[in-house]
Amino acid sequence: PNDPSRSLSLSGHVGFDSLPDQLVNKSTCQGFCFNILCIGETGIGKSTLMDTLFNTNFENFEASHFEPQVKLRAQTYDLQESNVRLRLTVVNTVGFGDQMNKQESYQPVVDYIDRQFESYLQEELKIKRSLHSYHDSRVHACLYFISPTGHSLKSLDLVTMKKLDSKVNIIPVIAKADTISKSELHKFKIKIMSELVSNGVQIYQFPLDDETVAQVNTAMNGLLPFAVVGSTEEVSVGNKMVKARQYPWGVVQVENETHCDFVKLREMLICVNMEDLREQTHTAHYELYRRCKLEEMGFKDTDPESKPVSLQETYEAKRQEFLLELQKREEEMRQMFVQRVKEKESELKDSERELQNRFEQLKRLHADEKAALEEKRRLLEDDQSSFGKRRAAAQLLAAQNLTSNGKKDKDRKK
Amino acid sequence: MTDSAKLHQPHPPPKGERSHAGDFSYVGIDAILEQMRRKAMKQGFELNIMVVGQSGLGKSTLMNTLFKSKVSRKSAQPNPEEKIPQTIEIKSISHDIEEKGVRMKLAVIDTPGFGDQINNENCWQPIMKFINDQYEAYLQEEINIDRKKRIPDSRVHCCIYFIPPTGHCLRPLDVEFMRRLSKVVNIVPVIAKADTLTLEERDDFKQTIREELRANGIDVYPQKEFDEDAEDRLINDKIREMIPFAVVGSDQEYQVNGKKILGRKTKWGTIEVENIAHCEFAYLRDLLIRTHMQNIKDITGSIHYEMYRVRRLNESNAGPGLAPGQAPTLVSAHTNGQTKVNGGPPNGMAAQCEVLTHEM
Repeated sequence: PNDPSRSLSLSGHVGFDSLPDQLVNKSTCQGFCFNILCIGETGIGKSTLMDTLFNTNFENFEASHFEPQVKLRAQTYDLQESNVRLRLTVVNTVGFGDQMNKQESYQPVVDYIDRQFESYLQEELKIKRSLHSYHDSRVHACLYFISPTGHSLKSLDLVTMKKLDSKVNIIPVIAKADTISKSELHKFKIKIMSELVSNGVQIYQFPLDDETVAQVNTAMNGLLPFAVVGSTEEVSVGNKMVKARQYPWGVVQVENETHCDFVKLREMLICVNMEDLREQTHTAHYELYRRCKLEEMGFKDTDPESKPVSLQETYEAKRQEFLLELQKREEEMRQMFVQRVKEKESELKDSERELQNRFEQLKRLHADEKAALEEKRRLLEDDQSSFGKRRAAAQLLAAQNLTSNGKKDKDRKK
Repeated sequence: MTDSAKLHQPHPPPKGERSHAGDFSYVGIDAILEQMRRKAMKQGFELNIMVVGQSGLGKSTLMNTLFKSKVSRKSAQPNPEEKIPQTIEIKSISHDIEEKGVRMKLAVIDTPGFGDQINNENCWQPIMKFINDQYEAYLQEEINIDRKKRIPDSRVHCCIYFIPPTGHCLRPLDVEFMRRLSKVVNIVPVIAKADTLTLEERDDFKQTIREELRANGIDVYPQKEFDEDAEDRLINDKIREMIPFAVVGSDQEYQVNGKKILGRKTKWGTIEVENIAHCEFAYLRDLLIRTHMQNIKDITGSIHYEMYRVRRLNESNAGPGLAPGQAPTLVSAHTNGQTKVNGGPPNGMAAQCEVLTHEM
């Protein structure tokens, strides 16, 4: 039972003014996570801008223009500046705007963002979870690269940004701004912003609630979209080496605020509002995703009978349902397999029987032939023996004839 | 799709101040510390401290001394009654205090009646229930579909347990309470009214207490198992060698050597509360407020609360005796205490607390 809060004044130094320091120290030990998604056509300068922003050389390779579908490539890096460790993930679209039919181009991007939310939601719903050591992969900022046509936004741009504005903080930038003149740029920016407004696209607004930064944020909000130029090459200007692009007609200096808005982008994205970007992602975009997802799965908050952990129960119930479904399918597959095995088995049995029959047949044939041969042999033997007998008889007769002839001769001689 | 993390250094790493005009390599990542600080200052902080101990041990005075203002329950009531309540009551008072731009919502939770009854068996129960109720409230809000941007944190971050300065050893009540509660909340034991002990008696007493805590497996704050790294362990080991802190509280100021200090004046001298030669109040204050406050809140949030959540979520799914729609409610001891939890005795509160203790 809580009484309402009373305001008290302290009569001495207590020491809890060190709390922000304690909090910051803890975060410094843990390190920070920041995830940027870059959407833009192939060759528009996404990778170069990231290299320039973070003053380092991320692994890049030129993408081909012949990707059949938009893909996303995410790379994670550990950066460190003084005592701050940052785990930065840069996600680039590959092949965006290259297809003949761009109707589904936004889908892989939306899917990627949703997958990160889903992953976080899964972790949050786990029974045994470790949220503070979970690598947060949710997209905190989305840099949308607008082609420097100087005219207006492309329909692909509008469609894509509209699909993303409720899922991620969109910061539109005009890429390769060194191809537009100052006056054209001014008109271009106005055109872009009015198109965004008239199409109801909600881009990220730099927050105005903290008076320390409200002023600079208001000014910057009015300069969107930032016209940027990226370069990691150094050119000598005056007596210094600066990041720049060298043309025959002059040198475009990246960090010169009269040449382009790069410094403003870095200021806003990293130095002033990084934490707010992370917070908006967590408290607005992620919450929206979570709410929609849970409602879609069939949960409700406002059930008067709802018991304390009905969310968990329903979730478990759904999970059971799903598992049962899986089991059923598994059973079906097994049945089918058994059936097929039976069929094959009977097939094989038939073949076996057939072979057996043929064998029997051949055996009989063989036996018949053998019997026939036996018969012939017997006949032959019979013949032989009767011939033998006849020969013996003939010989005997011949011998008898001889002796009787001899007697006759003897009788004659006498 | 994600390649393994690679270590990159913006070259060369800048030192010192933030001016980036002409500083080739400055990115500005370290500005996030400032951003975090700003956000924290804007949001303010919450802290909930519970004080437990028999009446007359100086709990209210100590709270007032710690926060240098009248934060105790007695000070909040116009006519504080000195009657010892018949049963243990749990009273929570909230205060908004501010120091150097840092705003804090401090809740002091008092437990009058603890240890004052003739039969003190199960005196820890209402306190355990209160602590679990706060976890429950937080959990409820967390699992809502439409939930608040910042979930109000009423969880008890720290429980200061007052040990009477007998000089002998812990009483069964102390052991029982600390054994059970150290599993669900950060316990900071203190020796109350330490001005009745000489330094030798104090050291012996502390030694005995430490041994008894160890023998009974009682893990008080800072818990050994939650030390994060070697540096932490070093600092916390020093603290662990000093607990329990022997404290004296006072909200009266006296002049000593020309300075105004908080103290207790007696015929034989003035005890200076913030003088570490006299008592260990300063160490307690430093631990609780100046160095480990964030850590105390972190351990409550990421360890004690998570353990409660795991138990709770497992309970609602498990249990042969538990129908799907009938989640156990730890709401009130007054409703039918017939809730069976995993086949324990149908004695509502005791069963649940038993189960909770057992499953640990």
